Amino acid sequence: MAETNTHPAQTSPGNVEHFEYDNDIVRKFIIASMVFGIVGMLVGLTAALQLAFPVLNADLAWMTFGRIRPLHTNAVIFAFVGNGIFAGVYYSMPRLLKTPMWSKAFSNINFWGWQAIIAAAAITLPLGLTTSKEYAELEWPIDIAIALIWVVFGVNMIMTIVKRRERHMYVAIWFYLATFITVALLHIVNSMEMPVSMMKSYSVYAGVQDALVQWWYGHNAVAFFLTTPYLGLMYYFVPKAARRPVYSYRLSIVHFWALIFLYIWAGPHHLLYTALPDWAQTLGTAFSVMLIFPSWGGMINGLLTLRGAWDRVRTEPVLKFFVIAITAYGMSTFEGPMLSIKSLNAIAHYTDWIPAHVHVGALGWNGFLTFGMFYWLVPKMWNTKLWSDKLANIHFWIGTLGLLFWTIPMYWAGWVQASMWKQFTDEGMLAYPNFLQTVTVLAPLYKLRALGGLLFFTGVLLAAWNLWKTGVQGTLTKYEAASAPALPETYTKHSSDHWHRWIERKPVQFMIWTFVAVAIGGAIEMLPTFLIKSNVPTIASVQPYTPLEIEGRDLYIREGCVGCHSQMIRPFRSEVVRYDPNGMEYSKAGEFVYDHPFLWGSKRTGPDLHRLGGKYSDDWHYTHMYDPETTSPNSIMPRYPWIIQDDLDTGDLEAKISALRTVGVPYPEGYETQALADLQKQAAGISKSLKSKGIDCPQEREIIALIAYLQRLGTDIHKK
Amino acid sequence: MSVIFILVGFSLLVALFFLGSFIWAIKDGQYEDDYTPSIRMLFDDEPHETPPSPKEDYKNKSSINNSNN
Repeated sequence: MAETNTHPAQTSPGNVEHFEYDNDIVRKFIIASMVFGIVGMLVGLTAALQLAFPVLNADLAWMTFGRIRPLHTNAVIFAFVGNGIFAGVYYSMPRLLKTPMWSKAFSNINFWGWQAIIAAAAITLPLGLTTSKEYAELEWPIDIAIALIWVVFGVNMIMTIVKRRERHMYVAIWFYLATFITVALLHIVNSMEMPVSMMKSYSVYAGVQDALVQWWYGHNAVAFFLTTPYLGLMYYFVPKAARRPVYSYRLSIVHFWALIFLYIWAGPHHLLYTALPDWAQTLGTAFSVMLIFPSWGGMINGLLTLRGAWDRVRTEPVLKFFVIAITAYGMSTFEGPMLSIKSLNAIAHYTDWIPAHVHVGALGWNGFLTFGMFYWLVPKMWNTKLWSDKLANIHFWIGTLGLLFWTIPMYWAGWVQASMWKQFTDEGMLAYPNFLQTVTVLAPLYKLRALGGLLFFTGVLLAAWNLWKTGVQGTLTKYEAASAPALPETYTKHSSDHWHRWIERKPVQFMIWTFVAVAIGGAIEMLPTFLIKSNVPTIASVQPYTPLEIEGRDLYIREGCVGCHSQMIRPFRSEVVRYDPNGMEYSKAGEFVYDHPFLWGSKRTGPDLHRLGGKYSDDWHYTHMYDPETTSPNSIMPRYPWIIQDDLDTGDLEAKISALRTVGVPYPEGYETQALADLQKQAAGISKSLKSKGIDCPQEREIIALIAYLQRLGTDIHKK
Repeated sequence: MSVIFILVGFSLLVALFFLGSFIWAIKDGQYEDDYTPSIRMLFDDEPHETPPSPKEDYKNKSSINNSNN
């Protein structure tokens, strides 16, 4: 071939090899990403509308907010963004390394396996089969499948690197590798659970430890699933679309290393002012604040890549999307460190500020980068032009407006609600003692947010239509021919080589180093809490849950109550006075030692429930669960008629007791045989108490177990 | 709370490792070298129009750098 002659042959023997890039697998991932993007955002829009118009919960168990919220988050994170990552990686990696993906079979197992996992999530989550741990809600068999498919992806990627024809590993590849390794580690550690049945398990960690592991995972899921792979994609697709090199290649290397070393430590900022040991909180804050440097390094590098191309940003939809995406990344990574500072966190935590922060990142950074990438990729792969630039421009504006309409009302809502929670009168009483007052005031803002969601969603529909028409008018090159000289077998080290070249040349070494970096960060944070007893002071009066309470707790988990109710009273006067006016106790670490999993929650759409026990009568709970509006007018909580009507399934009770004993709850040996009798005895008591208030409720009903759990919440500490 | 010392120790170790690598990197002249990959990737999917960039030839490149030094 002609190219061979122009290529100097000093290092290469001149063996130009011919091969093919697999565009078909990229096509599959693009379609999956768009389809699940539409589904996931439609579910999100539904959830947003339910908060504005609770009637949309429709009295259907599988439609209630608590069950579809995790469906929304899982769909957009793992289905929309996840497939977007795979699409981008499977396109850019072979080209950067001048070799096809290592195994077509692995690529396809990766694709179909991932879609099967998504299908399993779409079925199990509305059924209430959930671990309740945020972004890790899927039950244990699906967790195992995720681990396997993720490893298939990783092996495919690493073997591609091993077989590469381009010695240098472009910075994007590093980001992809860090993504694979860290997510694998996070997922495995956080998903340690003791199975009870095929679709039920308990976290092996309890209380504070579970919280720390969960937010170490949760935070790093954001870091290594929503950030690092997308930075890798940014470093590939932004220079490509701008047709100019990245602003500073060195900055990209420096900020990569800084990012992976800092991110892994920042998790505890999700648990400020909670029962987590103070030093761990401070550690989380310090590293979160430092994170602004590598984060903004990436943002600046991305935006400055467009230097000299700003005129084209006016005309090219792809670049417009990229500019908003990188700007949103910059804004949310500025906000993140700020929110990790305790004084600001005290205001923002549990309010709608946090969803606003998340959605700047999710809609702006992940959403817009994905759309920009697809608008660039589809015309290129189908050998045509984008079907309609005009439609893409409309998508851009409607999407940007949607982003603003989503986030601004929620920032506002966060401030309003936090201010009302903390406001005292001159007499020293809570100015808004009824929590519901601080909810109903947000109604107009919830409606505006839903409008924002609708705008954004409409934009996605336009994108899907536009991309579809583009595909139809063009012809896909399923397998794109390419050629490159073979990599020479040997490599002589030269004195003026990059300092980091040794690591780039050896993916296995690189992997090990990343693993070590990440493992050190994780181990330092977690091991002490495991090992040092003094971190978790045990309170003598805190006892394990009774069998009926366990069943009630599992109903609480099934219905996703944790999505709207926290169980963590922070040590503020405003919270102690509001949630424990009689006992005046904030939540202590020692109170959660039997909580598998922890249910601290991360958002207070409704009030905190940690000291709920004994606050209301059994019949109040019964009436409230049947129709919240009868006890709390204008409440936005869904109705739960099925809990009133359905019988409790105690079939797994023995297995539950054994599983909990295995993970450390001190039920006596052989208690399994006695558990059911104890359960029935306690249930009979509650049924009797309801009867005395004129409510005829057989003791077999689910509501009995739920009442038992709710009445137990946070009461042990006051026992003498 | 003795664990805090282990923590600080590990943190310092990691930080020093990076500081050392970074200083060494600057001294080692990675400035000159870390530009080509960002150019090369711009041509990676146009194999029929653009010849494989001569810049990917390290040996050749290194010798140019040496002569500059």
